[in-house]
Amino acid sequence: MKKLIPLLLCAVFLLSACQPVDLDAPVPVYDTGIDPESWALIPAGEFLSGQFDKETDIPYDYEMMVTPVTNDQYAAYLNAALADGSIKISENQVSGYYPGDVFRGARHEEEIAAGDYLYIPLDDPALRLAFDGSTFSAKPGWGNHPMTMVSWFGAKAYCEYYGGRLPSELEWEKAARGSADNRPFPWGETITRNRANLIFSRDPFENMATFGSRTTPVGFYNGQVYDGYQTLDSPSPYGLYDMAGNVWQWTGDVYENQHYRYMRGGGMNNYENALRVWVRNNATPVFTGPATGFRCARGGK
Amino acid sequence: MHWFAARFNFLFRSTKGLILVAIALVSLVSALFGMLSGPMADFGIKDVIVRALNIKLVEAEREGRLVILYHSIAMVVVAIETYMITDLLPMKDGQRVAINSTITIGYLAVLFGGLPFAYWGHNWALHGLYIAGLSLIFFAGCLLVWALWPWRPEYRVSDKAYAHTRGGYNLERVAFFAMAVATLISALFGAIPGSYFGNGFEAFLAENVVREPHKSVLDLAVIGHLHIMLALIAVACALIISRWMDFKGTLHKLAMPLMIVGSIVLSMGTWLVVPFEAAAHAIIYGGSTLAMLGALFLVIFSWRKLIRTGLAEKGIRKGNFFQAVAALTRDPLKFGATWQMVFMNFTVSGVGIFTAVKLDEIFRKWQYMDERPILTGHWHILATLTATILLMYYADFAGLKGKARQWFGWLLIIFSDLAFGAVTIYEMRRLIVPEAVQQPLVNTTTILGDIGLATVLVVLAALMVWRLIDLFKKKGRWTKEVDQKLEIFEEVKQ
Repeated sequence: MKKLIPLLLCAVFLLSACQPVDLDAPVPVYDTGIDPESWALIPAGEFLSGQFDKETDIPYDYEMMVTPVTNDQYAAYLNAALADGSIKISENQVSGYYPGDVFRGARHEEEIAAGDYLYIPLDDPALRLAFDGSTFSAKPGWGNHPMTMVSWFGAKAYCEYYGGRLPSELEWEKAARGSADNRPFPWGETITRNRANLIFSRDPFENMATFGSRTTPVGFYNGQVYDGYQTLDSPSPYGLYDMAGNVWQWTGDVYENQHYRYMRGGGMNNYENALRVWVRNNATPVFTGPATGFRCARGGK
Repeated sequence: MHWFAARFNFLFRSTKGLILVAIALVSLVSALFGMLSGPMADFGIKDVIVRALNIKLVEAEREGRLVILYHSIAMVVVAIETYMITDLLPMKDGQRVAINSTITIGYLAVLFGGLPFAYWGHNWALHGLYIAGLSLIFFAGCLLVWALWPWRPEYRVSDKAYAHTRGGYNLERVAFFAMAVATLISALFGAIPGSYFGNGFEAFLAENVVREPHKSVLDLAVIGHLHIMLALIAVACALIISRWMDFKGTLHKLAMPLMIVGSIVLSMGTWLVVPFEAAAHAIIYGGSTLAMLGALFLVIFSWRKLIRTGLAEKGIRKGNFFQAVAALTRDPLKFGATWQMVFMNFTVSGVGIFTAVKLDEIFRKWQYMDERPILTGHWHILATLTATILLMYYADFAGLKGKARQWFGWLLIIFSDLAFGAVTIYEMRRLIVPEAVQQPLVNTTTILGDIGLATVLVVLAALMVWRLIDLFKKKGRWTKEVDQKLEIFEEVKQ
């Protein structure tokens, strides 16, 4: 019997990997005081782009949202777009029209032809929005969290609906890094756990023993104390929050010979090296994930 | 003084001593710098190590640091394999001394120049030492190729059970020679584009550029370089184990030509990645299939031999299935060396082939950050499984016997396979669970991986401590090993 005990313990341990994750586990509610409707001005001029500090000029002023788009904001957009017929709901997904990309048949390239494409999957339990058949709303407690489970098409459509656009990769990077130095993180040289939502950041929304990392409300890392959890104020030099961690953010560039769309910023499930301002992630434009969101830009170009 | 000189003589002038020093150093490097990895950061260990050792982790230099760390570890392993080769194959004593001394100084320069440069600030003299070390290792490789030249009459086989040409030239030696030549060219394949295009200042990791539609010559050369160098280290390991197992007979005659052609075709495939990327993959698949088939014949031969000798020891002429399995597994070191080659097919080759075949259909539908762990896991597992095989050979000729041999061998097999099995599931987790509900699987595979790797390191540490204690004994094992060579079989004696 004594010999069996270690085996039984191993079996129990392995079976624990099969336990379901409660995606609707209670979520603490905090008001960060950062207005998700606010925008920051990024002035024209040079900055150091990429890991190797390439001098890069963006010769125009533009604005970027201070935080990623929230679930509340996206729900409001969906309700407005549903009312005016600019989105479609069928087969448990919200979709909309995209005019397509030039297809060059490069290696691994997939054609993105004109047609309707996924914005958000309604049947995915990780979606933080509810739909009662006529109205969209954020699930309780998730209103001021970044909108996730949204495709590149869905992100682009949101920004353009309100007269904006997705930022280019360079615009995003300048907004994150500023133009004064070559800092790797929006706030400076080093990262600590209470500066950004990353894996094992031990924020009040995380439980690595059960559901793992979850998004934090936009602008959460602003120096406030939330139920004893002290954050450090971590805006970028232009005052943008969540430019490192929480959610990857779609950018707008469409490149030749590939269908991938690029994301910046690093997400809640990544280690610190993925949160450096130059690190790129990418996916097909229909990809949706619980750590993928976006923010918009306007002006310039 | 004599006390010190005698031990220095063993550690730096005998093959077994040189291998012991190299294993001890690479163990320390792996243990120390492994504590800076992601899982160790989760436990807070990374922060403690960084503070305690005053390590400077500049974020923009992470990729460069890792490139130097990987090269440092790889150079020690290359040195260990070279020591084994120079002792297992006949060559002139002067050649052996020249090769071993050059490569020893080379890898020590790499370790003590490269790692301080990468982790403790940029003193360019240290970088120069690192580059000088790499150059010395390359030069030692040139000497090895010269020493291995197989078309000398004195190196012809005397026992026709070994693979040979019509003229009696030893095909196993040709396989070692082909592997060494291919390794030298493949080293240049990484070094020249790296120096010319990158100039060392814009370091990147190959896994970071896999989805780039327009890969530069540097990108392609670096991707090809790391793949072929690891593959050739694995080929060298298989050839060394062939000697250990005294591989011969019909399977040897089939395997050695496959190893020779496989090494050459595989290498040419990776070199052709630069001008003909699409076609090169087909050539690589062809070459690796041939080399893997050669390794399969080695596995079949060694398992048959272990079963036959095991049954004979018990006086059984023809045993049943269970008796055969008991005979096969009675020596975990000899069984483990080839078992790890089989296990490699599940965790490295199988995963690699599946990923290549289903790349566009499955893996390129994921976000890049989900594909990336497959790429890094793939070669970490290949490298570490190869290291466990070499460790089993070392434990055998270090004289590990009885219960210690059983414990060491089985713990190494079980816990390394546990770790790499868990890592394989972790890296492929998106096939099983979506990101939102991955945490229980991530927790389980991470803990199993940590337990496995920690146990392997503890077992390795125990082996090293055993040898360290032995060094303090006046008539320790080391006094006998100082003049011992690795076993050389009759047919390859000069």
